[in-house]
Amino acid sequence: MSETLTSVREDETAPEPPLPRDSIGKTVVTTLDECVVEIVSDSGEGAQRCGQSLGAIAARMGNGVWTVEIIPAEIQPPARSIAGASGNRIRLGAKRIANGGDGVDVVVAFNEQVLLGRVRSGELKPGCTIFLESKWRTHGDPRIAAAYRETYEELVELGYLVIEVPFEALCKPIVPDPRRGKNMFVLGLLCSLFSFDLKLAREQVRLTFRKKSDTVVRSNLALLEAGAAWAEGNLDVKYRIPASRAKEPQIVVNGNTSIALGVLASGMEICAMYPITPATSASHYLSEVFERVGGIVHQAEDEIAACTFAIGASYAGKCAVTITSGPGYSLKQEAIGLAVMCEIPLVVVNVQRGGPSTGQPTKGEQGDLLTTIYGSHGDAPKVVMAASTIEDCFYSVITARKIAEAFNMVVVVLSDSNLATSQQPFPRPKFDEAWLAPPIDQSPVPFGTKPYDWNPDTGLIRRIVPGQPNGMHTITGLAHDRDGRVAYDPVINQESIRARSLKLASLQKTLKPPPVFGDPEGDLLIVGWGSTRGAIEEAVTRARDEGLKASSTHLHFLQPLQPGIKEIMQRFKQVLCVEQNWCDRPDDMMIDENNRRYSALAMMLRSRFLVDIDCWGEVMGQPIKPGTIHDLIRARLA
Amino acid sequence: MSAPMHDCLIRMVEDEHPLEDYQSGVPRWCSGCGDNAVLAAVQRLCRDENLRPEKLAFVSGIGCASRFPHYMRTYGFHGIHGRALPIAEGVKMARPDLHVFVNTGDGDCCSIGAAHWLHAIRYNMNMTVVLHDNHVYGLTKMQVSPTSPKGLRSNTTPHGSYLDALNPLTVTLGVTNVSFVAQAVDWIPEVVHAVIQAAFHHKGFSFVRIIQRCPEFLPKMWEPWLHDPQKTLLLEHQDGIGYSAGLQKIYKNRQAHDPADIHKAREIASCIDPIPVGILYRDDSVPCYEDIREAGKPRPIEMVRSGLEAELDKFTVWPDAADAGAPTP
Repeated sequence: MSETLTSVREDETAPEPPLPRDSIGKTVVTTLDECVVEIVSDSGEGAQRCGQSLGAIAARMGNGVWTVEIIPAEIQPPARSIAGASGNRIRLGAKRIANGGDGVDVVVAFNEQVLLGRVRSGELKPGCTIFLESKWRTHGDPRIAAAYRETYEELVELGYLVIEVPFEALCKPIVPDPRRGKNMFVLGLLCSLFSFDLKLAREQVRLTFRKKSDTVVRSNLALLEAGAAWAEGNLDVKYRIPASRAKEPQIVVNGNTSIALGVLASGMEICAMYPITPATSASHYLSEVFERVGGIVHQAEDEIAACTFAIGASYAGKCAVTITSGPGYSLKQEAIGLAVMCEIPLVVVNVQRGGPSTGQPTKGEQGDLLTTIYGSHGDAPKVVMAASTIEDCFYSVITARKIAEAFNMVVVVLSDSNLATSQQPFPRPKFDEAWLAPPIDQSPVPFGTKPYDWNPDTGLIRRIVPGQPNGMHTITGLAHDRDGRVAYDPVINQESIRARSLKLASLQKTLKPPPVFGDPEGDLLIVGWGSTRGAIEEAVTRARDEGLKASSTHLHFLQPLQPGIKEIMQRFKQVLCVEQNWCDRPDDMMIDENNRRYSALAMMLRSRFLVDIDCWGEVMGQPIKPGTIHDLIRARLA
Repeated sequence: MSAPMHDCLIRMVEDEHPLEDYQSGVPRWCSGCGDNAVLAAVQRLCRDENLRPEKLAFVSGIGCASRFPHYMRTYGFHGIHGRALPIAEGVKMARPDLHVFVNTGDGDCCSIGAAHWLHAIRYNMNMTVVLHDNHVYGLTKMQVSPTSPKGLRSNTTPHGSYLDALNPLTVTLGVTNVSFVAQAVDWIPEVVHAVIQAAFHHKGFSFVRIIQRCPEFLPKMWEPWLHDPQKTLLLEHQDGIGYSAGLQKIYKNRQAHDPADIHKAREIASCIDPIPVGILYRDDSVPCYEDIREAGKPRPIEMVRSGLEAELDKFTVWPDAADAGAPTP
């Protein structure tokens, strides 16, 4: 290792990290197919910004990339705490990457405690390279210094390659507050480590700090250069991940930004919301840009007001949207039932988080499927879609708006915190006028037109909007007849429930069967929905490479279900739902076939198709890893 | 000049709306219910102002009073309990060209929907809000409401209710951006009509509390006020409402009150005996939320296209980026 490193190290017994050098001392460039990098710190040290920038630069380089935020529950958790790790995971690859991967290859940590958190939860691969801020070794508080040394020893003992770097000391000559500047130093280091084009890195830094002053941009550029220079002078190894540059322009955003862009593109004009993690960042971005296209983000006084405001706006104009997460979704349920009953188009985005109750606000889970489909009292049929990629977040909102207005229905788009904060490049959308809603119909309504003239075959009605002459009527959440008047007749109540239910069947007739990933027949079919797609498909690919006959299918529509699912399932010996929600383990002592609670999708598919579908789920708050699913497949087939 | 005049003549014939044009169905309220008085006043207002029925939207929550939209031949939205105000706000934000009315009861507004009430005052969106306050839950059959007098024996307070009544006027007058507050009693139809008319003409959140009798569950509550005109206080001012000579002959208890004076308004609002009627407060200078947010602004497709393209550009990685260098930020 370099002299710089050894000179700041007091503890002479610390072993020299054995980085490879070739015989004449030149830097070795190793070519990798992929690499998982993490940057972890206390909150407020800029690790997330560093990670996101690295992801964007990698995308610009033409690499496949998927970034995952590591978020503590609090804004300012106690410093140097195991549970307080904040940062980013960036998985880089030569090909398209669709999930965060399994273990970490390279980690940069600003203190040893947050790093310990990652070690303890088994996130590091054996032999992982660690760049560790070394200032703690000589910290004034002997307890901190001792904790650092102890952890250092532990990490070395565990076989990790620990490289101590005095990040703050190295940044001190460049910025007055190195605590906040070292993230860009690290970015420079990593860009050099991965042989990224520094010109692109500079551009990315300018973009990242576009809202800041020139001075801030300049000092961050200086930090970037210093980090890169340090790496050039001190590291003996470099990695190169071959680029498979896409032929078309790509955009790099996270799932929540993608949802917000989808709202822009869908032609919706009003978004009513209430702050809630992890959905809020979609509204943050929308608030920044919506007014430029004549849209309005209304932060309501509560979740119920947000939903009813959107319903009022939809009723009187174009379909509106409300964006929320689990607890907010629960609060909106009654209002969603009102929109179902009155047949008002409405788009609801539920960025799921861990539940029940406050649960795990910053962690992902797919726990809201059943409450979304069956929620709100009484029979309240609504359309439920789940986005499975970052790109899907964008197009799902556009599709949702169209379905909502074509069928006068509530359409719920499910995302989750895994998609919300992850970034993945996808082809740049090409604007299409057909995405937008037509202008509000203000033409006179022919005499005799009824507001709820349910088509006997499809259940559809003609929507009449306030302002249309001759169309005056009152809508109500009470059971109502074709004129919208309160129904006292039990027959009309049943007819109206039939009509609203029929609309789902009408929509279902227009859907295509879900595609099968892998062979159309075999020994095991994995069925999933939502953000687990990337991990499931990667696991299936690995299993198939080993000769196992596994395939998967991923459902975009959960209500109504796409056609052909039963036929797909029947071509496999076993069917397994993999979901990030709870299902009882058959090997638990109390659990048997009479009381086992299945995962949400498994429960739905079993009841609908009378097929003996098994399920596996995990609620660890972290995205399910491809390796975990791969093991699952092997356990069943190998 | 001649062409617009011609249009006017045609329009006058077409747009002259008799009272029946605003009436729909036979109200199912109890006879003697104050809701009937409000309905009559509102229908009269629509006719007098010659409002186009398709431009009117009546929004309500749940409760006896919330049946109101069903009896108007206009657009109406009978929503869910407590949420009339946010629904109405959504309507107004999407369609500032519509006249929005809200009919809400004391349970709907002051209990389950209380949070929305406070915020609606602060948003100050241009709508006429009528609080049908009969001091009791009627539709669910006689439970205590926040505005019930202390000691009321109801189905949930068989030994008498425990708390003093909430005063909707002082609450409203205490909220930031309050811009219009008036009060009337259902047994003086002239005042009911006059305050609703004034509320309609005020640009902003016009809050009108109508003190109503519930003939079914609280038939005697307002008897003393009915029998003693001195127990009603008419608020007079050139910026307030006028009273007919006949009314002035009966109600001699009158007080000059400038609706611009919020401190005096709060003082008057605190008084329940005599009941003040008329306009307590009006401030035309408070901006409306829908104006601040530029609701109803034209939104050509080109605007959406260019806005979206600009945003997509911000996140785009062009295929030749590595060679050409900078993407377009």
